[in-house]
Amino acid sequence: MDKVAPSISARQTWHRLRRAFRLGLKSLRVHGLRSFLTALGIVFGVCSVIAMLAIGEGASFEAQEQIKNLGSENILVHSVKPPEDRKVSDAGSQSFVLQYGLTRIDLRRIEESIPGVLLTLPARVTKDYVWNISHRVDCDIVGTLARYPIVRNHRVAQGRFFTEREMDAKANVCVLSSEVVSSLFPLDSPLGRQVRIGSAYYQVVGVMEDRGSVAALEGPQDSNRGSLNRIFIPLETARERFGEVYMRERSGSMESERVELHEITVRARSTEQVRPVAEAIRGALAHGHKRKDYEMIVPLELLRRAERTKQIFSIVLGSIAAISLLVGGIGIMNIMLATVTERTREIGIRRALGARQRDIVTQFLVETVLLSGAGGIMGVMAGLAVPWMVTHFSGMRTIVVPWAPVLAFSISALVGIVFGIYPALRAARMDPVEALRHE
Amino acid sequence: MTPPAPIVSLRAVRRIYRMGEVVVEALRGVELSVDPADYVSIMGPSGCGKSTLLNVLGCLDRPTSGSYFLGGEDVSTMDDDALSSVRSRRLGFVFQSYNLIQQLSVVENIEVPLFYQGVEEAESRRRAEEMSRLVGLENRLHHRPYELSGGQQQRVAIARALINDPLMILADEPTGNLDSASGVEILKLFDRLREMGKTLVLVTHDPDVSGRSGRTIRLRDGQVESDVRHG
Repeated sequence: MDKVAPSISARQTWHRLRRAFRLGLKSLRVHGLRSFLTALGIVFGVCSVIAMLAIGEGASFEAQEQIKNLGSENILVHSVKPPEDRKVSDAGSQSFVLQYGLTRIDLRRIEESIPGVLLTLPARVTKDYVWNISHRVDCDIVGTLARYPIVRNHRVAQGRFFTEREMDAKANVCVLSSEVVSSLFPLDSPLGRQVRIGSAYYQVVGVMEDRGSVAALEGPQDSNRGSLNRIFIPLETARERFGEVYMRERSGSMESERVELHEITVRARSTEQVRPVAEAIRGALAHGHKRKDYEMIVPLELLRRAERTKQIFSIVLGSIAAISLLVGGIGIMNIMLATVTERTREIGIRRALGARQRDIVTQFLVETVLLSGAGGIMGVMAGLAVPWMVTHFSGMRTIVVPWAPVLAFSISALVGIVFGIYPALRAARMDPVEALRHE
Repeated sequence: MTPPAPIVSLRAVRRIYRMGEVVVEALRGVELSVDPADYVSIMGPSGCGKSTLLNVLGCLDRPTSGSYFLGGEDVSTMDDDALSSVRSRRLGFVFQSYNLIQQLSVVENIEVPLFYQGVEEAESRRRAEEMSRLVGLENRLHHRPYELSGGQQQRVAIARALINDPLMILADEPTGNLDSASGVEILKLFDRLREMGKTLVLVTHDPDVSGRSGRTIRLRDGQVESDVRHG
């Protein structure tokens, strides 16, 4: 191809490239502000890719942790006040005792008739104040069995859970959730101390492990869901102390409701059996309940759904980030086209002095790659800073996957090449005679 | 004794531009040869094809038909890359408006042709400094073009045209933008180049300029009207 010149060695190519980079830097510095603003488009693009990925990863990780904590082999069934009965109670029938929800018959049916069920765990939830002398906390008082920690994957942090024997004895013992401890016992250890609920005293035998926001998923999906303040007492104690009729004052009138069991946790023998067991429970409950006064949560299904959501989330975030990079790229192309026009004369001079078309292409491509590369580096730094700030100021978990900055940076370099090629080719294809005549 | 082989040999060179429907024939069969160490000035009324001829001679443009041998090589059929290479190795350009690159310093401007030949930096810097001494600008190496007078800028351009030790230097109205004192300075520099045995071809309107050359070619309507050796 090059008939006159001897072939150019790799060493010379390297030299040329290095000088082209120096030349590019020089040209970009001539219009410092313009170059910076152009690179800014890429900065935001890269930054948003990394930050969005980090926030998305963090959020989905947290969601999956929550669901895993519920136990992927578990199925949770909650009592829910049926919607039609809510209307009745809103009308204010004072003497009417609303009865709904799961029953011990349901429990027995699940335990006895469904194969694949390993364990069941019934629970009753009552809302009341829990006192330690003058400290008061509004709590969900959960009456349950001694196997609660095993079935719900919820470890005891201090002390112990109550025992079967205490259960049979209807002993006044309790285990506090970690959220309650700080309010009730701000200064000292609660172990061995007494708390008061109503007129009865309960001895604190243990404190549960802090599980953050996992508890938010545990309650039933209606109004009284999601209190993190929980105190666990034996189921039999709860039945004896609080009965099954729950009274509360509501907009001036008393409202009573009767619920045998607030929730049943069912553990399947294996994850493969979760789905058939869930189906069987659905069938069994549908049989005994005319109204839809219960609700089933299958963490495994939630997990699957969360994974799918994460995929969609990633696609959406990815598209937004891609669009912002695209916009940045178009900005670069726009500026480079203006630059090429502005420097037509220079291109003519260089061509006259022996620059080949590909030398001109290299020169302008190097400039765009420098622009987008510098933008990419700044973007990576900003993209690492943003998730850090999000975590620092909002406490949200963010995860910067190691490939995210690499990916974002390579995309930015690629954008520089893709959007630089057209202006560079346009510069190179100019007729040298015309270019020299350009004012 | 055989005469020296000509540096430039144009045979029946035609250059036709098509601008839409209009066909302009800028060169209509130019015959021309330039010998080594010639100092040729090309004159003629505007529109006679001077600039086109200079572009063809400078390998910036290709003849539509006819042949052009430069230093024994047929350049009329070369592709763009080969022509670029010819320009960088065998030709030096001096323009009316100097055409220095504004963001480069004097010494960097002088080095540009060597850059495209892939000459190593140290070597190219050494030669650029040597050239700057030749044109008397060794104290201005790191100035920018806009910090220099027109005459100085044109001397930078001449240094740049000399650095690749070309077969021929092409100058397009080299004194056209200069006051007469600077113009004379440039012409003196050309005289020195001639003494050094360089081959010069310049386009000019100015009879004084052509008077200093050794040979004047007059063009009219894209053809050589007269070709006179003098001086």
